[in-house]
Amino acid sequence: VSFINTIIQGALLGGLYALYAVGLALIFGVMRLVNLAHGDFIVLAAFVILGLATAIGLPAPVALVIALPFMFALGWALQRLILNRTLENDLLVPLLVTFGLSIIIQNGLLQLFSADSRRLSLGAIETASFSVGGITLGVVPLLTFACAVLVVLGLSFLFYRTPLGRTLRATSDSLAMVEVMGIDPRKVFAIAMGISFLVIALSAFFMGVRANFDPSAGPARLLYAFEAVVIGGLGSFWGTLIGGIILGIAQTLGGSINPEWQQLAGHLVFLAVILVRPRGLLPKVA
Amino acid sequence: MARYASVTATPTSRWALAASAVVVVVLAAAPYFVPRSTLQDLLLIFLLVVMAQCWNLLAGFAGLISVGQQAFVGLAGYAVFAGIITLGLDPLLAVVMAVIVVTIIAVPVGMTVMRMQGAYFAVVTWVVAEVFRLLLAQWKTLGGGTGTSLPPAALNRVVGIEWTAAIFGVRNAAAREILVYWIALAAMVAVIAVIYWLLRSRLGLALSAIRDGEVAAESVGIDIWRNKLLAYAIAAAGTAAAGALYFLDIGRISPVSAFSVLDWTAYIIFIVVIGGIGTIEGPILGTIVFVVLRSTLSGYGPWYLIVLGVLGIAVMLVAPKGLWGVFSARTGIHLFPTRRRLEAVAPSLTTEA
Repeated sequence: VSFINTIIQGALLGGLYALYAVGLALIFGVMRLVNLAHGDFIVLAAFVILGLATAIGLPAPVALVIALPFMFALGWALQRLILNRTLENDLLVPLLVTFGLSIIIQNGLLQLFSADSRRLSLGAIETASFSVGGITLGVVPLLTFACAVLVVLGLSFLFYRTPLGRTLRATSDSLAMVEVMGIDPRKVFAIAMGISFLVIALSAFFMGVRANFDPSAGPARLLYAFEAVVIGGLGSFWGTLIGGIILGIAQTLGGSINPEWQQLAGHLVFLAVILVRPRGLLPKVA
Repeated sequence: MARYASVTATPTSRWALAASAVVVVVLAAAPYFVPRSTLQDLLLIFLLVVMAQCWNLLAGFAGLISVGQQAFVGLAGYAVFAGIITLGLDPLLAVVMAVIVVTIIAVPVGMTVMRMQGAYFAVVTWVVAEVFRLLLAQWKTLGGGTGTSLPPAALNRVVGIEWTAAIFGVRNAAAREILVYWIALAAMVAVIAVIYWLLRSRLGLALSAIRDGEVAAESVGIDIWRNKLLAYAIAAAGTAAAGALYFLDIGRISPVSAFSVLDWTAYIIFIVVIGGIGTIEGPILGTIVFVVLRSTLSGYGPWYLIVLGVLGIAVMLVAPKGLWGVFSARTGIHLFPTRRRLEAVAPSLTTEA
């Protein structure tokens, strides 16, 4: 039972990692950009929610709802004002610009909020749990997982069933072609980044409720997100969800043997995957 | 009938080589006339130049953008400490061993990270650095997660320390600093010379061909993978030398400081980007700019890093070739040219040309 319990807790943790990861996968899919500041934007969003919750005295879920449009606008503006200028170049410029953003965000948050660990408060739900067949399931981890599944469902619907999704997929397939069709890819990219930032805000909420965070927590979130994306392959958002679950299980199993091995186990599983199947478990078939 | 020769040297570059030789001699003599604190500043500059040249070899010439060079700094630092503390080696021998061990480790690591390309390569190098940090934090003999210091007795075993102390009339600690200073200077000269020579050799030509078009390069018979792996291993060796000397000099190591992405990758990227990527001059100029900025802004805490980040992004967007790139585009001056030019060589004037 304890082994099954570890697997289930790991899969639930994987839901959080999948939330980190789908925003990253979305951006890479549409514009081939790896946003090295992705994790730092998650932490930034958590501080935005925390700031709204403490400054105005709102409950955290209400603060999240207010933060969502703000984060969309931030992602949209980031793409229009900065990142669209980098995409003409090879991979060096976009990569290093997002790396610079990562340093700026970390130190900006450090200046504003100090290095103290913070947490988003949900009251009694935080510790609520129930028992199924001898396995204790936390309400918050279950909600996180459910949210990840809903986000994947929503993004799959958006990408494969709506006109906007068709534009996003077309832009991903051929920039030259959508330009011929009269679509400005820079606007499409800005919308994609905005959507990515909506997912960032959601993942920030669950990160902040589940664990402590501080201004330096971003890079680790980026690495987890990236590992989930690569393990899953770039075939679909479902692959990213599975990648997150595998990463979560690997970390929880490692951590159950020795707490110091939690992160290490996740990284090693990731490296094993790129050695054996560098295109991920569910690769994109062209 | 004109004949053609492929040349890289120019009159300016010959002057630059001569001037560099003078600068190196002056720097080598510096322990005679500068105070200890200046010597320490210069030592750090040498090590930054070494790491910047190595990152530039990867990103500027081999098209491999790594954000995980801290892996080799940290591994080398730990190898030095392991050599001195657990094997009882002479500190300088430990540095040599560290460079060899890290270069050997870098080959399978390079083969792993090169499974991923482009932006993915960058993040994988970061994951690998994290793996080494987490592994070395488990090494209880070297202090585990909190790290350890070198025992002073072990440090005074350095070869030539008494000789240096006698010549300069200083204590052992100062004599050791002078020795490490000289070795760091030698390492910087060696790394610049090796990279300059490599870029003018077949490897350099192969790397430029790969950078300008992988498919075209492969079609003329260049083994892309082997050339990139070679560049990766050379960059790892140079970075390891800098890391080994740094941690020998400060005498204290911890997983966090040894594998710091800020200290060993972000600063280095800033240096290369500001100075000018893809040139030998850029990393040297960038290091000088970085050190000046740091000494003027270091009192401002997080603001200092925010300014560095904004400057780095601005340069990337406005002048992606950096300060040296702008300067040499305006003036046509290349101190260490790596580009091949064709020059007409008239048969009777061959010796003159």
